[in-house]
Amino acid sequence: MANPTRVEVNCTTGEVLEIELTDAEVAELEAAQAQAELDRAAKEAEAAEKAEAKAALLKRLGITADEAALLLA
Amino acid sequence: MANTYTLIQAQTLASAAASVTFSAIPATYTDIVLRVSARRAEAGRQDLLIKPNNDTSNNSGTNIQGSGAAATSNATSAQSIKIANIIPSTNETASTFCNAEFYMPNYAGSANKPSGTFGVGENNATTAYIVGNASLSQIASAISSVVLSLASGTFDTGSSFYLYGIKNS
Repeated sequence: MANPTRVEVNCTTGEVLEIELTDAEVAELEAAQAQAELDRAAKEAEAAEKAEAKAALLKRLGITADEAALLLA
Repeated sequence: MANTYTLIQAQTLASAAASVTFSAIPATYTDIVLRVSARRAEAGRQDLLIKPNNDTSNNSGTNIQGSGAAATSNATSAQSIKIANIIPSTNETASTFCNAEFYMPNYAGSANKPSGTFGVGENNATTAYIVGNASLSQIASAISSVVLSLASGTFDTGSSFYLYGIKNS
């Protein structure tokens, strides 16, 4: 199966080249993809952890999120 | 205030591509503007990366973004200019794209180059992103190329890229 391509537009000549990525470039692309997925998962986990901590705190205080917002306003 | 706005080159993808490069950009304008309408060919919303002179280590910036549920801000440094979260993917509504404008004044000068980007990622659902980005490229040479890519994956067919030059006289 052919590798993905990249497009290069020469602004002086108007020439457009469609260039197949080298195996090394494909490996870089895949590494970036893996890292992006890891970053996304980490962000989601952090957000979930914060939401959980917030809910636990509200429960301990015995107030709702709206009531907490009112206190901070 | 700019009084000319000239299309330098445009490219609409006939098939998915990992990146789009505008090379040999003439130094005859005052500012450059990139208009991007793009979508990711794979699943998962992605960041748009902009690399002046293909530089991936001398750009820093700040994103502010709203998703419809939350407003956040984040900073980046020593990497590509990163426009967070605006590229819709196959998870978003079919045929929706991002719309973004990247503006770099004095691109042909020898001083460091600030730039600004404003963009939205379309989606016919509750979550859709609007992003503003301010960046600084610590690049002393004239910008003669700009590489556009995603943090991960490929631009989908139909994604389009327009490069304009602006003169102040």
